[in-house]
Amino acid sequence: MSKVSEQSIRAEALESLLIEKGLLTPEHVDEVIVRYNERVGPMNGARVVAKAWTDPEYRTRLLADGTAAVAEFEFEGGQVEKLVVVENTDEIHNVVVCTLCSCYPWAMLGLPPAWYKDPEYRSRIVREPREVLKEFDVTVGEDVAVRVWDSSAEVRYLVLPQQPEALCGFDETELAAHVTRESMIGVAVL
Amino acid sequence: MRPEVFCLMDGIHDLGGKHGYGQVIAEPDEPVFHDRWEASVFTMVNAAAAAGAFNNTDRFRHAIERIDPVAYLTHGYYGRWLGGLETLLVEAGIITRTELNERALSQGATVNDRIAARPKSAPDPMDTRTEVGSDRVLQTTARFKPGDQVLTATEVKSGHTRLPAYARGKQGVIHQAHGGWVYPDDSAHGRGESPQHLYTVGFTGDELWGGGDPNLMVYLDLFEPYLEQQ
Repeated sequence: MSKVSEQSIRAEALESLLIEKGLLTPEHVDEVIVRYNERVGPMNGARVVAKAWTDPEYRTRLLADGTAAVAEFEFEGGQVEKLVVVENTDEIHNVVVCTLCSCYPWAMLGLPPAWYKDPEYRSRIVREPREVLKEFDVTVGEDVAVRVWDSSAEVRYLVLPQQPEALCGFDETELAAHVTRESMIGVAVL
Repeated sequence: MRPEVFCLMDGIHDLGGKHGYGQVIAEPDEPVFHDRWEASVFTMVNAAAAAGAFNNTDRFRHAIERIDPVAYLTHGYYGRWLGGLETLLVEAGIITRTELNERALSQGATVNDRIAARPKSAPDPMDTRTEVGSDRVLQTTARFKPGDQVLTATEVKSGHTRLPAYARGKQGVIHQAHGGWVYPDDSAHGRGESPQHLYTVGFTGDELWGGGDPNLMVYLDLFEPYLEQQ
């Protein structure tokens, strides 16, 4: 995205108007930048996944009631009134989308990447998910069921990826460092 | 001046299953915000809500759906938010389009710039909200339970809805019941919360798209008024 676009000029014009009207300060913008770079991001979801991998009892609770299970972490950030966690297995591959806008579990994953919000992903993932997944270098065998979750209301979805064998024996903190945002959306396999 | 556009539900935003879009391209090491103006738009949306430009997420989503469809596809996510934001600020009388146009022109905009916002001259009423969030306790019994076969609505109404076009008139199976939630179709238009039972409904790939992938299921979260017993 170019630095000086029509949108950037109009956004800056609007910001200057709202500042004059006392509705906003530049510091508010700085706070948002810090919050979504440092505190609200995929590192939160990664902690949930790592805990589920190392604590079978937590994993059971997470899959039964995601909202309650993640509440224990007291993550900052809204947009998750109800969380459903779906588990990838040898038989099932889950992937998440919002075809109508760009709903996404902000508190778990932060703000969504551009591709998640673009027309290409939103139009195609519900119709030809295996083709789209190949574009992410993920090949899902024909014998593996694909489940696409289109977040059309306020329920938010998080994929619990499979733990790779190479990561056996790691502790929770080490594991969390290996869990990627894409794996929790369902467009990557670890 | 463009003629005022009606806010039909068959908008450009309803992308699921549409043909013609190309490869998904992920940007390596994408930053959270590409430039400060994106964070500014994000922040201004919260400020606009605090200032009374809108009082619920549904109204904001619908404002984005109503923007210029060419801008929807070309201005990017925060460009779409900017269009929805400007729409709501003008409709609420917090800014005028003229003052924003003049300010933008003085800061380097041109008269040929495509403006995404589409404020209505007679905006929807603003209803009163006392509760935050969308989860609501309902006294009514859920009509459906997991395992029930349902058929989705085919009727096309004007306005906001969360039943995507690709899932209209399709047979599915109730996967999970979620209790009562604010009904976006009313909430977006200032008609109150009208909470309804919400369900996750599973559809086979075959039902949605015809043959092809026998091992595909697509799940959507659908409100009870969208569903009929099959």
